[in-house]
Amino acid sequence: MADLLSIYVHIMAARMRAQLQYRVSFVLQLVGSFSLSFTDFAVVLVIFAHLPYLAGWSLGEVAFLYGTSYMAFQLSDIAVGQLDQLPVLIQSGDFDMVLIRPLGALFQVVTLDFTLRRFGAFGQGALVFALALARTDIHWTAGRVLVLTLMPVWSIPIFASVWVVGATSAFWAVRSMEVINLVTHGGQLLTQYPLQVFGAWIQRLVIFVVPLAFVNYFPSLYVLGKPDPLGAPEFVRFASPVVAIVLVVVAGRIWNFGVRHYRSTGS
Amino acid sequence: MAPIVSVENLEKRFAVSRKRQGARGLLGKLARETIDVRAVDGISFSIQPGEMVGYIGPNGAGKSTTIKMLTGILVPSSGLVRVAGLDPSRRRIELTRHIGMVFGQRTQLWWDLPLRDSFDLLRYIYRVPVERFRVNLDTFVELLDLGPVLDTPVRQLSLGQRMRGDLAASLLHDPEILYLDEPTIGLDVVVKARIREFLAELNRERGVTVLLTTHDISDIERLCSRVMIIDRGHLIYDGSLSAIKERFGDERMLVVDLEEPAPPIDVPGAIVEKVDGPRQWLRFHRSETTAAALIAAVAARVRLRDLTIEEPEIEDIVRRIYGGADPGRAR
Repeated sequence: MADLLSIYVHIMAARMRAQLQYRVSFVLQLVGSFSLSFTDFAVVLVIFAHLPYLAGWSLGEVAFLYGTSYMAFQLSDIAVGQLDQLPVLIQSGDFDMVLIRPLGALFQVVTLDFTLRRFGAFGQGALVFALALARTDIHWTAGRVLVLTLMPVWSIPIFASVWVVGATSAFWAVRSMEVINLVTHGGQLLTQYPLQVFGAWIQRLVIFVVPLAFVNYFPSLYVLGKPDPLGAPEFVRFASPVVAIVLVVVAGRIWNFGVRHYRSTGS
Repeated sequence: MAPIVSVENLEKRFAVSRKRQGARGLLGKLARETIDVRAVDGISFSIQPGEMVGYIGPNGAGKSTTIKMLTGILVPSSGLVRVAGLDPSRRRIELTRHIGMVFGQRTQLWWDLPLRDSFDLLRYIYRVPVERFRVNLDTFVELLDLGPVLDTPVRQLSLGQRMRGDLAASLLHDPEILYLDEPTIGLDVVVKARIREFLAELNRERGVTVLLTTHDISDIERLCSRVMIIDRGHLIYDGSLSAIKERFGDERMLVVDLEEPAPPIDVPGAIVEKVDGPRQWLRFHRSETTAAALIAAVAARVRLRDLTIEEPEIEDIVRRIYGGADPGRAR
């Protein structure tokens, strides 16, 4: 494990050096990523230009969801976003190269590239989150501070696990890019808004099937001190760490299953 | 000595789904059937440490499938494989430390990083001790003349430079076995020569076992004392390169220069392949006639000035094998 971490750091450091060599290009990408991602938040602002509340949530509260979701998602993207390339790797046969090195296949795929520009979009999320803190009147308790600071600990693994599961489909259907995008980027959209604005089946989907509601929705109810309009029991607000652990284990199993399938069919 | 690679009755079957014949349209999409394709159909061989073996065969014959099973990328359908004492399909990650692999058409280097950084990362990945790494890197940089391009990002390298970089990268962790898949494809003569020299030296100095697939028979002529030929999943030849001629090359060519141009000579046991002025090429089969009998027969019909007998080129023989013409029986 310590070995993996040191290899990870070395790969990332080499990548950063390589990308920072083109300083102007890097800054432009960063700025581009930052500003482009604001169009997402513009949608939220447009909604609140017409409504004081969205399904009982104020602008500051929605911004809280949006900011926490955005930051977690961008960090997940930095960590495992390279999985989007898996169909290409399989099609070109380059996935074979991954199997002849003394490291796990998943580790190698996610470290194939490292896109620093994602920090631009992360910055946008952070800015919106700051706005949320300014606009909401949270009654801070030790518990709430704790839940908020620990949020990345489960939100990133949950997003990353969903990403891994989506990408694993590439071992069966090479043209599965759309599937991967649907569950990752699509899933992220669902966590930017209060769950009540979506239909009942989507709510069930993100609670029971692809449990993205545990990324930030349930913990945010606790931090913001809001009653749950869906009437979920109190403990659900604290279930996120457990959900994350289960999801990571399940995703790991599914990934290994996919690799085994690849190694028996070679496609 | 115990073999470093041993393969017994190795098989790999793929289930390929095909449209059922005759079925069309929507019904055709549903009416699919699975066909079992035997990519590798029961092959056996073993390789001793320090051997350099050429592994050749037409496209789709099962070369890469075999190598993928030797590396643990693919799991065999049946049969036994041992590489460096390990079962590749079960102990793939452990095995990676014993093997190096170079694909002519792919790279294991990091596309956007300077060559030096790629080497450095491999040092961490394979946990090569610093001392050993230095020695290896210096050796390979010198032998492969990589000094001038060490700080160039891989994507800016020429094919020849990248290939040499890949070779060095595959050897930094001191593998005992090196698999090479078309290592000279698309390279110019000078680079090809350099790479062959390097491989010969590597084998001589370090005793690295090499298994080489290639379409360039001259790679094998320069490097390999042993050749295995695979065709449609079967190993049809395993022996020395020169013995290929005896096994498959029983056709020879008698080239005669006549005093004056003549119509194609009609002699039993030989076919005139080509006529060019006073020169004629007669192809004959060793089993049907001897060179001496043929020359006597020709001399009885026309006035000869000069003659030569041409042995078939190995490349021609292999090409005929590839072409599917049955060059002889499998063992």
